[in-house]
Amino acid sequence: MTVRGWTFVFVGITFGVYLLIAWLSRVRDTKGFYVAGRGVPAAANGMATAADWMSAASFISMAGLISFMGYAGGMYLMGWTGGYVLLALLLAPYLRKFGHFTVPDFIGDRYRSELKVGNMQLSLTRLVAVIAALFVSFTYVAGQMRGVGVVFSRFLEVDINVGVMIGMGIVFIYATLGGMKGITWTQVAQYWVLITAFLIPAIAISIRLTGHSLPQVGLGAEMLDGGYLLSKLDQIHADLGFSSYTSAFEGQWDKANVFFVTLALMAGTAGLPHVIVRFYTVKTVRAARWSAFWALLFIAFLYLTAPATAAFARYYMIDSLQEKTAQEMPQWFTNWEKTGLILWLDDGDGKLRYSARDDNEVFSFKGGRIEVDGTAVPLQQITASHQRWLTSKGAEGQDWRPEFRRANLSGPDRDIIVLATPEMAELSAWIVALVAAGGLAAALSTASGLLLVISSAVAHDVYARMINPAASEKNRLLVGRSVIGVAVVVAGLFGIFPPGFVSQVVAFAFGIAAASFFPAIVLGIFSKRVGTFPAVVGMIVGLAFTVSYIIASVYGDMEPWTFGIFEKGINAQGIGSVGMLLNFFLTLALTPFCPEPRKDVKDLVDSVREPEGEALGAEFESTPKH
Amino acid sequence: MSESQPENDGDHLPKPVRLSPEVQASLRRYWRSNVKLMVVLLLVWAVVGLGCGVLFADALNAFQIGGYPVGFWFAQQGSIVIFVLLILIYAMSLNGLDAKHHAEIESLRKRSEEASK
Repeated sequence: MTVRGWTFVFVGITFGVYLLIAWLSRVRDTKGFYVAGRGVPAAANGMATAADWMSAASFISMAGLISFMGYAGGMYLMGWTGGYVLLALLLAPYLRKFGHFTVPDFIGDRYRSELKVGNMQLSLTRLVAVIAALFVSFTYVAGQMRGVGVVFSRFLEVDINVGVMIGMGIVFIYATLGGMKGITWTQVAQYWVLITAFLIPAIAISIRLTGHSLPQVGLGAEMLDGGYLLSKLDQIHADLGFSSYTSAFEGQWDKANVFFVTLALMAGTAGLPHVIVRFYTVKTVRAARWSAFWALLFIAFLYLTAPATAAFARYYMIDSLQEKTAQEMPQWFTNWEKTGLILWLDDGDGKLRYSARDDNEVFSFKGGRIEVDGTAVPLQQITASHQRWLTSKGAEGQDWRPEFRRANLSGPDRDIIVLATPEMAELSAWIVALVAAGGLAAALSTASGLLLVISSAVAHDVYARMINPAASEKNRLLVGRSVIGVAVVVAGLFGIFPPGFVSQVVAFAFGIAAASFFPAIVLGIFSKRVGTFPAVVGMIVGLAFTVSYIIASVYGDMEPWTFGIFEKGINAQGIGSVGMLLNFFLTLALTPFCPEPRKDVKDLVDSVREPEGEALGAEFESTPKH
Repeated sequence: MSESQPENDGDHLPKPVRLSPEVQASLRRYWRSNVKLMVVLLLVWAVVGLGCGVLFADALNAFQIGGYPVGFWFAQQGSIVIFVLLILIYAMSLNGLDAKHHAEIESLRKRSEEASK
C-alpha cells in the first residue's frame, strides 16, 4: 500500500477512536463539562496534560528548530519542561485544593473587586484574567487548526481548508458532547498516537547511524563508521560556515538572551490556563501532585528524544545530499522536493552544495513568497526558469538563488526534520503514515484543551459568575456547550484565514502569561498580605510592558533594549521575563502601602494551603442554585 | 499510587477544633516544612536549569561525557531528567508530609472528643 493509502487508514482509525471515546464520555452537568467530574486518575491526567501541552509545534517544528539552532535550541527544551517544576511546586496542588473551574475563578476570588449592578456581579480582576486567558488561547488555537490543515494537505493531498474543516468537525463533536471529560479521554488516546509516531522513526534512525536503540544514548555515542556524532556534526558545521552545533553562545544567541527566553518560557508554561485547568480534574490534592509528575514524565519521553532526532536528521540530511549529483539524490529528497520544503537550485556544476555562505544551493519555498514587480511567482515557474538558465548556461532564464537569499529562504524548511526522518531512515510506508496521524493527534489535542479554556472563560467566568449568577445548572451547561461550539468555528476560521500575526504571536504567548498570570497566582498563594490593588497594578503593568515591547520591537522599528548591562538587546521572546520581574517588584513594593485583604480572603488562602478538607471557595459549585 | 491511600476530601473538622492552638500549630509546622522543601527543590531547579544549562554552559562544555559536551548535555538532556526527578521527590515527600499532618490532626481531634465527653 502507498503512504497515502496507509495515511487514510491511520487517520480513519484514530478519528474513529476519538469519536467512540466522545460518545462514551458524554456529560450531563457543568462539573463534568468543565472539570471532568474531578474523577480523572493521576496517571491518565498526566497523559492528557502531556497531549494537551505538546502541540503541532512541539511535534513537527521543535526538533527542526533544535536541528538548525544546535545548543541554543535547548532553551525550548528547558523552558517547556522546567515550567512543570514551577507548576508542580508552586501552583497545581493549591489550585486543585481551591477547586472551582478556571484560572479567572482563582484570580477573582483571591483578589476581590466585586461590583453589583442589578443582578450582575462584575469583577475587575476576573475580567482582566478572562481577557488574558482569551488572548493567549485564541492566538494559540489558530496555529493548531492551521497545523491540522497542513498535515492533511501534505499527507492526504486534500485542500488545506478541507483539512481544517474535517479537524474542526471532529473537535466539535467531542468537545460539545463530552466537554472536559470527552477532551480528557481523547487526549489520553492522542498521547499514545503522537508518542509512538515520534519515537519509532527516532529509534530507527539512531540504530541506523550509531547502532544504539536508545536515541538519548545514540546522541552521545560513536557512529558506526567511527567518531562521535556530535563532534562530527561540529566539524561539518565548521566546514560549511554554520555556527558550531554544541558550543554555547556562538552566533546570534548570547548568554543573556538564552537566559531570558528560557526563564520566560518556564514561567509562561506554568501560567498557561489550558495547562493549569488540567489539574482541576483530578480527585485530590495528592493526585494533583502525582499528576504533575506523570505529566512531565510523559512529556520528557518526547522532549528527550527530540534533540536526538534533531542531530541525527541534521547529520543524515547533510551527509546524504552534500556534493551529490542529480542521479545520486536519495528518494526522500525527491519526495519532499515536491512540497517546496526543500529545493535545490544548482550553480551549474551539477553537484549539490549546502552551506551558510553565498555558494549555498539548498532553499525552501514553504510559506515563502518571491515577488517580481509586486506579484508572487509560483514555484513551478521559478524552477523552470532556473532550469533554462542552467541548460542555456546563463543565456536564457534566470539564476534564482540571489532572490531566495534576499527572501531569507536559504536552507531547507525546519519542519522537514521530523516529517522526512522516517523516509531518511528508509522505514516502511505505514510508519510514514503514522507520523501524519501523530501530527494530527498533537494538533487536535492541544486545540481541544484551548477551546475548553475559551468556553469556560466566556460561559463560566463571564456568563455564570458575572452576568447571570442565578442561572440554573441546565442553563449553564447549555451556554457552555454553545460557546465551545462557536469557539470551534471561530478557531476554524482562524485556521482557514490565518491572520498574518498569529504565527509570530504564539511564540510570545508565553511571555504574556509569564508577565500577567504567573506572579499574581504565586503571590496569591504564598502571601496573605498582597491585596487587590497591588496585584492588579502588577498584572496590568507587566502585561502592558511586555505587549508594547513586543509590538514595538517586532512590528515597529524599536531597537531591542540592552538595559545598559547586556551586549545585545533582549529578544522579544525573552522580554516576558523582564515583565514578570516588573510585575513581582511592583506588586511587592506597593503592598505595604495598601490595605490588607479581607478576613474571608485570608481564610481562603489558609484553606488553600491546608491539605485537609474542602477549600472555602468550593461552596459555589456544591450548592448550585436550581 | 495515589488511589491506594484514603481520601481526605470532605473531611471537615468542627470549627472549635480547627481553631484550637494545637491544630493551628500543627498547620504552621506543616506549612513551614512544605516551604522549606520547596525552596530547596527550587534552588536545585535554578542551579541545574538556568545554571548548568545556560549560565555555566560554555564553561562546562570544556568537559565531555562520552560524545556529549557537558554544557550541551545539561541543556538538552540532563536538565529535563533532573526536572522529572525533582517533581517525583516533591510528590513523594509532600504526600508523606500530608499523611503525617493528617495523623497529627486526627489524634488532636480524638483527644478533644474524649475531653468533651
